[in-house]
Order: sequence, then structure tokens, then C-alpha cells
Amino acid sequence: MAYLQILVNGVVLGALYTCLAVGFSLVWGVLNIINMLHGSLIILGGYLSFFAWHSFGIHPLVALPAVAMLLFAIGYATQLLLINRVVSEPVLTTLTLTFGLDLILYNFMTVYYTATPRRVTLDMGAVDFAGIVMPVDRLVAMALALLLTGLLYLVLRGSRIGRAIVAVRMDREAAALMGIRVDRIYAVTFGIGALMAGATGAVFAMLYPITTNLTTTFLGKAFVVCVIGGLGSVQGALVGGIVLGIVESLAGQVVGPQHALTVGFALMLLLLLIKPTGLTGIRGYE
Amino acid sequence: MMCRWWRCFLFVIWVLALASTPLWAGNYVVRLAVTVAMYTGLALSWNFIGGFTGYPSFSTAAFFGLGSYAGALAQRAGVPMIFAWLCATLFVGLFAAALGGILLRLRGHYFAIGSIGVVEVLRLLIASWGSVTGGGDGLNVPFVTGGPDLVARIFLAAMLAIMLVVFATTVVVDRSRLGFGLRCIQQNEDAADMVGINTTTYKIAAYTLSALFCGTIGAAYASWAGYIDPNESFSLLMSIKVPVMCLLGGSGTVLGPVVGAAAFTLLEEFFWAHFLDYNRAILGAVIVVLIFFLPGGLLRMPYRGLFARTVRAWVQPKAAA
Repeated sequence: MAYLQILVNGVVLGALYTCLAVGFSLVWGVLNIINMLHGSLIILGGYLSFFAWHSFGIHPLVALPAVAMLLFAIGYATQLLLINRVVSEPVLTTLTLTFGLDLILYNFMTVYYTATPRRVTLDMGAVDFAGIVMPVDRLVAMALALLLTGLLYLVLRGSRIGRAIVAVRMDREAAALMGIRVDRIYAVTFGIGALMAGATGAVFAMLYPITTNLTTTFLGKAFVVCVIGGLGSVQGALVGGIVLGIVESLAGQVVGPQHALTVGFALMLLLLLIKPTGLTGIRGYE
Repeated sequence: MMCRWWRCFLFVIWVLALASTPLWAGNYVVRLAVTVAMYTGLALSWNFIGGFTGYPSFSTAAFFGLGSYAGALAQRAGVPMIFAWLCATLFVGLFAAALGGILLRLRGHYFAIGSIGVVEVLRLLIASWGSVTGGGDGLNVPFVTGGPDLVARIFLAAMLAIMLVVFATTVVVDRSRLGFGLRCIQQNEDAADMVGINTTTYKIAAYTLSALFCGTIGAAYASWAGYIDPNESFSLLMSIKVPVMCLLGGSGTVLGPVVGAAAFTLLEEFFWAHFLDYNRAILGAVIVVLIFFLPGGLLRMPYRGLFARTVRAWVQPKAAA
């Protein structure tokens, strides 16, 4: 029974990881950029929803769409004005640029919000089902995370803009020849990445205390999930997220919670060497 | 472009200026000179793998941290300081050679992520292996006795010596078969393989060279600082700062890292001193400006007609599509 509880915990955590990584994965897959800003964008989303709740009493679930749209705008502008200028340069350049932008954002967040951990507390109680105990706010967060991820999947599959994004991912030159404005698609993609980060932050703020010190932790999680699952697809992030969630909660039980992170990273390095395309592996994006 | 002798001359002047700081300035300046020498050494080391070979390695902090822990543990076990540094160098070199054999099979983004992953894994391992490494509490290293002035002079001499060794190695590699092969790999790895360059061996050699001196510098830093902890030693910020220094000066050149490390460290010191709250943001802004306006680094920039060209480049960027 104890293992069932661990498994359920792992899946709940995994759903959150999926939502955390899917935007990062999309940006990496389509733009071929390792977006070091992702962690800070998550924290920014968390802070925005915290302050909406704390200062104006807006319920986080209501604030979430607004926060997400705001971050979409930020991401769209960042890509269009800054990153598009170097988007086809080698990884060293793009990674360094996004890291520089991350330093700026991080610094301003630390100064304005200070590093004090803040959390939205919604006491919703817990459910007990067949011996498995689960707080309701976690279940709500999991449902939200899966809903957001599902929405992204539907947008990519069904909508005009989603098909254009997939087309650019497959072949940039051909897509441009078909009349797709690649630079705009890049901006939209980066915007969606930021949107997912902001929404994830808003969801996380309901569960965990948010502080700027967590940016690198979240970024690290996004790396690991992407490499485990495979890049640039929603399914990949889903597989990677769930696997990482389960592995971490198992590792927390077996070798102790202080090693859970190490196990995740070690798994990432192992997969990089054995199967760099991830568990769902599509070749051709190395 | 300056001729070669002028460059040599300026480099010698710069080294002499750093070395003579105890004669004409206070302890603060001497400390700054040690820091400059340290980062110059790190940047020159990174240049082997990142500049010559063109692999986006972000594992500088892994080697630096490993070196400082190896040196500190050796010193605590009673090994004399210099030998402890040599042990650390050897250990980090072997580690990098083994790691390179595995990690260098990856390319591009995957290599970058893998090298960042190594830093994180080492940091977490050291932080949780409390019985040996002191865990998150960090580790005290036996102090060098003799008063602050003497200590500063000793470490200035040590760091400058290490820096000159790395520089000499760079010059040798730059002119050797190895350097030529590495440049071929940077331009086109498959083609280099095709014309008979043993790419695996060459890459491992470059990776090991890039790690070796980071180990020495890490160990020397540990003795200098007297205290190390996992977050400080294995920081992602350092792993990115060092490549940025190389880019600033011009990566793949011999003198680029020297110029870049000096400019960056002095700028950073200035920002720390004058804008304490915003120093990270300013650092970020420096990086952004560097990427947009100095893509080839300070050394490769043609200085004539600079302003007009910059404005033009900004108004009509090379279209992304």
C-alpha cells in the first residue's frame, strides 16, 4: 500500500513536471534554443499570481489566464525584438544570450519581491481514497497542469498556427517557401513557452512557497524532463514528466529525499549517453 | 590590426603590471590582480574546448569545484600545499579524460546540457556526501600563515605562474598539429574525420586540457580562500561567466581570453562596488550587448567605421528566416 501511495504521489508530481517542461521543450524543439529564461519565467508567473491574490484578493484560478496572457506578451516581444536576431547562431551564443536575459529578470525580481518564500494558501483539505491520502489542492493543480498540457496539444494538432509551428519545426526553409512567416512563428512559439511557464508558476504558487532561489531548480527539472522524454513534442514532455515524477518519489523513499534530485540528474546523463533522443525518441534534432 | 610584436609587448606589460601590484598598490588591488589572473587561467583553459574545438562546454565549474575539493581534502590529510595542488590537477585531468570519452559523443545542444548536468550532479553529490566533504556546511582549508600581505603575494605569484603555464600551453597548442586538428573539428567535424584526423582522441585531448588547469586553479583558490562550499564551488554562474569572457575577448584566439577575462573581471568589480543591488542585471546587460554588438569579440573587431556599422546592423538585422 505504501508503494501505491508513492506511485500516486509520483504521478501527481509528474503532471506538474510535464506542465513545467512542455514550454521549454517546445522552444528547444522548434527554435533550437536552450531557454535559460524558463526558470525565471515560472517564478515570475508564481509571483504575479501570488500578488494578485495577496494584494487584490483575486483567486489564483481566476488570475491564471491573465498571468498566462501577460507572459505570452512578454515572451512574444522578447523573441521578436531580441532573440530572433541571433536565432540561427550556434548554441553557445543563444544559450549565453538567454542566460544574460535571465540574469536581468532574476535581479529585478529579487530586488522587487525579495527572496522571501511566498505561497498562496488555499486550505481545501484532503481526500482519502482506499488508503491513499491526497490533498485536494494537489489534485486541483494536477488537473490544471494536465488541462493546460492537453490544450497545448490540441492547439498544436488542430489550429492553423499550431500546424505552422509544427511545419517550422520539421523544415524551416520549406515552411518559409510555403508562405509561413518564420520569424513570427518563432515569436509565437517563444510566447507559448513563456505562457506555459507563467501558468505553471501560478499553479506551483498554490502548492509550494515561491522564491527566486528556485529558478535554477525549475530550469534543471525542465532539462531533465526534456532529455528523458524527447524534445519538442507534448507527448515527450508528458512521458518525461511522469517518469521523472515517479523516479523522484521512489528515490525519495528508497535512498532518502536529499538524493532525489541527484537521481534525476544521473538518469538524465545516462539517457543522454544511451538514447539522446529520449524515451519517445524522434531522430533528427541533434 | 596590430602587428604580432606589439601584441606580445602589450601582453608582457600586462603581466608585469599584475605582478608588480604589491609594490604600488594596497591589498585590495592585489586581491583583484589575483582574481584577474585566476579568471584568465580559467578562460584560457576553456578556450581549448570552446574556442579551438567549438564545443559549447559549460563544465568549467565542475572541474574548478572538483579541483578545489581534491586540493582541500589532500591538504587536510596533511599533504603540503603545492603537492596538494598537483594531486588535484592530476585527479581532475584523469576525471576529465574519462568523462570526455563518454560525453564528447554528444554534439551541440545535447553536449551543452550534458556538461551542465555534470556540474549539477557533482554539486549534489558533494553536498550530500557529508562524511567526507562536509556536505552543505563546506570545508575549512588550513590557512597559509604570515599575515595578509605575504599571503596575497604568495597567491599572486602562484596564480600568475599557473596563468603563464596555461598561456604557454595555449601558444604551443595553437601552433601544433593538435591545434590545427582542433580548428578543423570546429569547422566541420565530419570532414575532419574524413581527412584522417582522429577526432575522438583530439577532442578528448582538448577536453582534458580544458580541465587540467581548472583543477590546479580550483585547488589554489581553495587554499587562498580558506573555505569552500558546494554551492560556491560548483556554480552554474561560473560555468557561463568563463565562456562569456572568452567570447568577449574573441574565442579561438590566443590573446582573446586574456583580454576578455581582464575586461570582464574589472567591469564586474566596478559594478559590484558601485551598484550592489543591480550587479547581476548589469552583468546580464553586458552579456546581451556583447552578443549583439561584439559577436567576434574585442580582438576581432574592426574598429574603423564602428558606429555607422552598428546602427546599420541594428536597423536591418540579418533576417531570421
